[in-house]
This record gives sequence, C-alpha cells and structure tokens, in this order.
Amino acid sequence: MNKPMERLYNGIIKENPTFVLMLGMCPTLAVTTSAMNGLGMGLTTMVILAMSNMMISMLRKIIPDGVRMPAFIVVVASFVTIVQFLLQAYLPFLYDSLGIYIPLIVVNCIILGRAEAYASKNPPVASLFDGIGMGLGFTVGLTSIGLVRELIGAGTVFGAQIMPSSYEPVTIFILAPGAFLVLSMLTAAQNKIKMKAAQKGKEIKIGSGCTGTCSSCSSCPSGKKTS
Amino acid sequence: MGELFHVSSNPHIRASHTTGRIMMTVLIALMPAAIFGIFNFGAAALITILLSMASCVATEYIYEKLMHKKITISDCSAAVTGLLLALNLPATVPWWIPVLGGIFAILIVKQLFGGLGQNFMNPALTARCFLLISFTGRMTTFTYDGITGATPLGLLKSGESVDVLSMFFGTTGGAIGETSTLAILIGAAFLLWKKVISLRIPGMHLGVFAIFVILFGGHGFDLSYLAAQLCGGGLMLAAFFMATDYVTSPITKKGQLIYGGILGILTGLFRIFGNSAEGVSYAIIFSNLLVPLIDRVTIPKAFGKGGEKH
Repeated sequence: MNKPMERLYNGIIKENPTFVLMLGMCPTLAVTTSAMNGLGMGLTTMVILAMSNMMISMLRKIIPDGVRMPAFIVVVASFVTIVQFLLQAYLPFLYDSLGIYIPLIVVNCIILGRAEAYASKNPPVASLFDGIGMGLGFTVGLTSIGLVRELIGAGTVFGAQIMPSSYEPVTIFILAPGAFLVLSMLTAAQNKIKMKAAQKGKEIKIGSGCTGTCSSCSSCPSGKKTS
Repeated sequence: MGELFHVSSNPHIRASHTTGRIMMTVLIALMPAAIFGIFNFGAAALITILLSMASCVATEYIYEKLMHKKITISDCSAAVTGLLLALNLPATVPWWIPVLGGIFAILIVKQLFGGLGQNFMNPALTARCFLLISFTGRMTTFTYDGITGATPLGLLKSGESVDVLSMFFGTTGGAIGETSTLAILIGAAFLLWKKVISLRIPGMHLGVFAIFVILFGGHGFDLSYLAAQLCGGGLMLAAFFMATDYVTSPITKKGQLIYGGILGILTGLFRIFGNSAEGVSYAIIFSNLLVPLIDRVTIPKAFGKGGEKH
C-alpha cells in the first residue's frame, strides 16, 4: 500500500483517535450534542491537524529538541486562530454553537500527539495525509456519536425530524451523561467488529505463515522447545 | 457477644442465608409500602409496579440467555430492583416509563458491570435519576385524588404549611411507595428483626440529616418542621431500603457509619440549598461512588497488628 493511502487507513480505522486511541475526549464529550456539531468540530480539527502537521514536518529540522513543545503550540495556535476567524466570517452558526471549543483545539491532544509522534519525524506529504487521516477518523467518531445522541435525545438527524411525533425524546442523551453512554456503546460495538476481523486474520496467518523455523522463534522459550 | 465467631471442626451447621432468601425477605418487607401505594393511587400504581418488575426480570433473563451466562432471575434480585424502581415512580406515568427504567437499571447499571455484586451504583435509583433527567415533566407530576399538586415536600420548600400527620400515614401525593412513612417503617422493622439490615446506615443517615436540618434549615429546633422533613419525599424509603443495598454500601461497620453520615449531609445539602425539593436519590448514587474509598480506609487491623509501639 502506498504511503498516503496507508496513512488515511491508519487514521480512520486502525488508530481511530476517538474509538481506539481515546484522544481528544473533551470536545468528543462536550460538542457532540448533534450530528451537525460533531461534523463541524471534526472537520475544523481536521483542517487544523493537516495544516499544522505539514508545517511542523517542514520545520522539523529547524526546531531545537528542547523547545519543540512551545514551537508546536505556536504553529497550532496560529492555524486555530486563522480557522476561528474564517468560521466566524463564513459559518457564524457553527461558530456560535461550538463556542469555546474552537480555541480549545490548540490544546487538543490529538494535534500535539500527531505532531510529536509523526510529523516531527516524517516528511511533509506523509504528515499531511497523516493529519487528514486522523482528522477524518476524528470526524467519523464525532459525527457518529452526535448522530446517535441527536436521534435518541431529540428525535432528529442533522436537524430533520426522523422519529414519529409520538416519540418522546430521552433528554439525558443530549446532556453530559448521554455522551459517556453513547461513546462507550459505540466503542464496544467497534471493538466487537474488530475482534471478529482480527480473529479471522489470525486463522489465515497460522495456516500459511510461520513454520517454526525462522530466527525469531529460536529466541523465545516456547520456540526452543519445538526446535 | 455477637462479635465472637464459633470455631469448631466439621461438620458445620449450614445457615439458610442465600441471596434468594434475603431478596425474598426484602420483597416481603416492601409489601406494606407497595400495598399502601396501590390502595392510595389505585390500579395505575399496580400496573406500574407489575410492568417495572416484569421489565427488570425479562431484561435479566434475555441478557443472560444471549450472553450464555447462568440465568439468575430466580434469586429475585431483579424483582427487588423492579419493585424499588416502581415505588419511586409517580402512579401517573405512561406504560413505557417503568419498562424503559427497568431495562436501563438491569442492562446498563447492573449487567454491563458484571451482574449482581458488581454494580457500583444502586440500579433502581440510577434508573430513577435517568428517567427524572430525561422526562422531568412526567416524573414530577404527582396526582392525588384526581388533583395534581405539589408534594408536601414541595410545599415545605416554598414555605407553606403541611399536615405532618397525613404525611406520616401517607394520604398525600408523591411517588407510589414513598408517601406512607408508617408502611415503610413496618417493612423496615421486619428487615431489622430478620437481621437483613442493621440500623447503622439508616440511623446515621436520618440522624445526621436531622441535625443538618436543625442547624441549617432556617427553622431552628422546630419539631413539626423536622418531622415534615423526615417524613416527606423519599427519605424513609431510601434510607431503609436503598442506602442499605449490600452491593453498594460499605462492608465494615465503621465504614457504614461514615457512609450514613455522608448520606445525611448530602441529603440535607440537596434539600435545603438545592434547587429542587428532593435530592435523596442523588445523595445515594453519589455516595455509592465513595463506597470503595470508604471501604479502603476502614479496613480493620488484623489481630496482633497495630497498638502502641515500644
């Protein structure tokens, strides 16, 4: 698999920041009261993540190791400010509903985490796709949580009435406890799916791969026993 | 002398205390409150109670069947949860509220944390709070004798006078099982006599709460106000039947006293300084979270350890 595609796959499925890495929980729990908010927050974060990843990757040889954290934060904060002004100018409704959580993207641990773990060690293009992949994974996570919460807690999806009018919304789902409930349920569901897939993969591997003669086998005690 | 354990060689005499038996005793002890509730609020109360119990038991059965676990509905714990939940609901709720509450109590609060003995909060009360937050309007509309009005505790909060005697006997509006202090006390006395519960938690809870009301209630040592606070709302039901839940209360005796004290203070805080008139259910689920910590700090010293150092 080529590098950009591999990075996208890694961000959306394999290391999904919401359901696998459990990063950025503050915006995840706080803004996902509706699908629209989740989508808006996810895309905003994605743009900032991609831009800052690329910028940090380009600057990675100039930034001294000792002050890399402040340097990363300056880069991220600049992009956050740009995006915040853009949102305020062109998408005021989203700006109003996300409120304080837009400036708080600066301290989102996904962004600093990717800068530290990936962008500061890899070339710009791969870092850009890493940012887009992670951002898309975050968007998928936030939108799905927002979708479920909005559907149960208000009976609507993206603002459109879905449930019949006799349905009485379970208000707790758009309040704080609902965020924890939905997050845990969705994480459990995706773990279940992934475990099944992993088990299938293992069976295939055992059938075709190891014959017990490779060098790594001899180093472990159980491998020695067989050889 | 009850502190001494009789140590002997086998064969041992087996006591008949099983989970099922204790839960059965609790069910019997709740009967006076339930029967009074049905008498007070009519057939609607009976339907709510039956729906809630059926929902709890069915949820437990279906979950355990699907997860290929041992079916534990015969130990009656789900039925107790269902009955307690129903006693905390107004009789006027539509049919789906007790059903939803029962599913939430058993599936989310109890089974997902590992079943009986593993839940960290009282299932019935947590379900009640879930319903209260979600459907505030339906959960706080109390109708008595065809008239919808504030509960005595609500009247007390807004500074109006209440009839303490009718609160004691229970001829007022409120949730199905909480109105009659007398019926609850009969059940509680039965539990105390059967030694299913001890007075430590409810005693401390009510005692500390009474002191809190005297100190901060704004009425000084006014006996009728104090009695109204004690008999009003779900305090009695909660103190005797829900705070004493084995799973979510401390094991050690010292811990139980501390737990009861915290409950008393929190109930007083929520009732007197909070926005709503009643807060005992929040006090209990909040204190449930402190139970592991309380148990940890009150581990008794092993025999021979501690004492003066020379």
